[in-house]
Amino acid sequence: MELFLAALGLLAATAALMAACSLFPHAPRMARFSCVAGPAGVMAACVCGLAAACLGPWDATAACTLPWGLPFGSGRLELDALGRVFLLPVFGLGAVCAWSGGISMGHEPAGEHNLPAHWLFYTLLVLALALVMAARDAVLFLLAWELMSLSPFFLIEFNDSEPSVRDASWVYLVAAHLGAVVLLGLFALLWQAGGSSAFFGGLDASPALRSLIFILALIGFGAKAGIAPMHVWLPEAHPAAPSHVSALLSGAMINAGLYGIIRVLTLLGPLAEAPAWWGWTLLLLGLSTALCGILKASAQSNLKRLLAYSSVENMGIMLMGCGAGLVGLHLNMPVIALMGFAACLMHMLNHAAFKGLLFLCAGEVLHAVHTVRLDLLGGLQKRMPLVGALFAIGAASIICLPPFNGFMGEFLLAVALASGVSAQGMENQLGLLLSLVGLALVSGLAAATFAKAYGMAFLGEPRTGAASSPHAPALSGLLPLFVPAAACCGMGLAAPQIFSALTTALPLPVSMPAELADGVRGNLALAAAVGAAAALLTLAVVLLRRRLLAGATQRHITWGCGYQKGTARIQYTEASFSEPQAEVFARVMGVQVRTHMDRGYFPARASLDVSAPDRLRSRLYAPLFDIIRRVCDACKIIQSGRIHLYILYMLATLLALLLWGFAA
Amino acid sequence: MSAFATYCCSLIAALVLAPLLPGIINRVKAKYAGRQGKPVLQLYYDLAKLLRKGAVISETTTWVFAAGPTLSLATTAVALLLLPLGGAASPLAFQGDFLLAAYILGLGRFFLILAALDTGSAFEGMGASREAAYSALAEPVIFLCFLCLAGLGSAEQMPMSLSLSSMFAGAPALAWTGSRPEVFLLPLVIFLLLLVENCRIPIDDPNTHLELTMIHEVMILDHSGPDLAFIHYAAALKLWFFSALLAGILVPSVCADPLAQAGLNILAILAVAVAVGVTESVMARVRLFRISHLLGGAGMLAALSLILTLMR
Repeated sequence: MELFLAALGLLAATAALMAACSLFPHAPRMARFSCVAGPAGVMAACVCGLAAACLGPWDATAACTLPWGLPFGSGRLELDALGRVFLLPVFGLGAVCAWSGGISMGHEPAGEHNLPAHWLFYTLLVLALALVMAARDAVLFLLAWELMSLSPFFLIEFNDSEPSVRDASWVYLVAAHLGAVVLLGLFALLWQAGGSSAFFGGLDASPALRSLIFILALIGFGAKAGIAPMHVWLPEAHPAAPSHVSALLSGAMINAGLYGIIRVLTLLGPLAEAPAWWGWTLLLLGLSTALCGILKASAQSNLKRLLAYSSVENMGIMLMGCGAGLVGLHLNMPVIALMGFAACLMHMLNHAAFKGLLFLCAGEVLHAVHTVRLDLLGGLQKRMPLVGALFAIGAASIICLPPFNGFMGEFLLAVALASGVSAQGMENQLGLLLSLVGLALVSGLAAATFAKAYGMAFLGEPRTGAASSPHAPALSGLLPLFVPAAACCGMGLAAPQIFSALTTALPLPVSMPAELADGVRGNLALAAAVGAAAALLTLAVVLLRRRLLAGATQRHITWGCGYQKGTARIQYTEASFSEPQAEVFARVMGVQVRTHMDRGYFPARASLDVSAPDRLRSRLYAPLFDIIRRVCDACKIIQSGRIHLYILYMLATLLALLLWGFAA
Repeated sequence: MSAFATYCCSLIAALVLAPLLPGIINRVKAKYAGRQGKPVLQLYYDLAKLLRKGAVISETTTWVFAAGPTLSLATTAVALLLLPLGGAASPLAFQGDFLLAAYILGLGRFFLILAALDTGSAFEGMGASREAAYSALAEPVIFLCFLCLAGLGSAEQMPMSLSLSSMFAGAPALAWTGSRPEVFLLPLVIFLLLLVENCRIPIDDPNTHLELTMIHEVMILDHSGPDLAFIHYAAALKLWFFSALLAGILVPSVCADPLAQAGLNILAILAVAVAVGVTESVMARVRLFRISHLLGGAGMLAALSLILTLMR
């Protein structure tokens, strides 16, 4: 606990230092200092925090109470296994993104941006995330939550000279606060039911109230996690933010939503007695979020937008794990519950590693080529080989290919769902098995999506001049990216050990047979071993190929099927790559094609524009907010701007209250 | 003879005999068309020739281009190792190994798609796009088949019902002849999946001369020499994999001698190749956008089979 407090203290000190520096935004020396001191402070704090989360017996709970000045609530902090698991991506990714961001921000011209302020809000975000995972009091939790929701607004708005960035950060702010409003209601209900603002399990409340709290948690925390249909802020915010911020938001901040859902579930008492529809709701919501996310991702042409939608997909997969766990508890099948919850947490850790890596790679591409539009890229594997290889590792992990880490989490989830064959009742069996079939579709589509992302950005010929001569990044700038890449490979092979560590963090009743976990661990070990064997066999085939080909290769241009005058522009594009899916899933993907053709005998110019805007935003939220605006406009009648009228209102209110008081 | 020895013999037979399957298919097609046709061993000759040759590699490409064929071969071989062969369980069998087999095949396919995109050719990009889309649509159908067999194994109280070795070696094979006729839909679905995954008519025509209409063959236009040999051999192994799935359902374990049982399974696999040849001879290719309808229909059949299995 001391280490954790030291981490918090370091973060607070760094934030104070950055706040002081941000008073002099235009001094170049100050900007350079902040790009060194800010990341260094955050990294030191994160190392402390990681030590606090990892060291010591895993199932022990450490606690302390901060001095607290408010009349209500308390400064109660606790580190339990669940909180520690969620702290790992916060501190791990927090350090990596700070390191990478320190390098890339160092190149920004000092006059244009207030860099110390950027690092101030970055530090505050990490601090708030750590507090959210450790807070055991509703008031402290909400304060930390608000800090965590506010600081990304300033981080996203870094390039605020662009209108799209300003729009994105406003969308983020509105979404974050609508979620926070629901959370206020949620914690008020919890407070009312429990009689105190402190978090404690085993709430004594009626089933209806429990279900209401569950629904509020799903909406309030779901807005942060990016559960469909509340995901609209994600694809706007992530492309707009600087890449190290997108990586942290996507790999660590949206996890806070998932953490909130699981924490509230544990507060709601023995989960085995939870109504059946909770688990099924989570499972179905997760599946539809995953499907919707990956379909929208496969239609995107902006690499960072694609990655943002893929975060929605992965959040859906984590939610499915949580739902499968609840369903397993309800059906009294501990094996499903164990693997479902473990899959949820393991996929969360894995997602932090590979999504962090992919966003940082996208940042390197943006830095080198000044665009992440897939239809303007190409051929980067040859020109930035290291970034390309790192992106390939991230892509192979995110589409769950063995032996990388993504596979292990999805494997657990899939086996949990497949274990539904031995459930009681056909509707339960079918529900679990058909969810697995949906998951298979999601993973197939994910493979197609990331084949497109990697293939269009890094393979083939460069589609534009900028992509043909990128500023190749220096090796020192890429060092931070090796950390998540190593995690992608290592966590796949160490999956059995990670699984054992996670089993203590699960929101499960204690009576879990030990041989059950041993069996699952054995399966994971076998899967990892077969994956490693496949890697070794690949190596053997590589050596065989080298031997067979010794000296007998020629280089020539690509076979153009007889056509000799091919240029880079006749390559397949990202829009044409995803066209077969767009035909089958037209309703969900919402691809808009605008063509312009000259109708004359000698057509001079034609254009084709393919885009996939989020229709939820334009068709659901825009009309909704329009209605709200009209209602508010109607209320403006009483807001005349004349001061004597306002005094009249006060008087009227006072009189009314007095009358009410006398009557009562 | 122990089960392990039988398994090893069947594995060696699979690795050696796999290139025979395309030869049989081609011979059947030739006979159907009234031609003499290529020798049945043609793929062996081709592989031997290609392995001796050098390679012409596009200037556009990177290491990804070479990784495609290599990974495709290695992953298909590993996936084959997870499958029960010749009626004997795989020594690697565990609960959920069907997922590992499906995803490890996906690994090879992913890199083959990337290798096609690496050449920067419009034609190969076209093939890559179609392969990615149709394999994504085929994935849920395969899972439905696996789950249907898992449901059957679970109903029969088999200890490892979520493993390929219990799905495709033993109980399900006898089930459709006996009390569970609903399982008979599965061989039809798996046969269709075999055609889709191995790019046969009516999904894709391996012998067409027009690049615009191809899926698999257009992806490998630029590969030559040993790379092409790896791809052809991996494709033959994949054909063997799917034929073994079919044989695993259709062949009941009737022989007391495990070796005879393994021989029976191999005969069934060769018979599947004949069936593929006949199908290719009597059918025309469907248009590309109809493939999704075909897969959707197969998925419906598999789902029906799953529901009927669970209803019992």
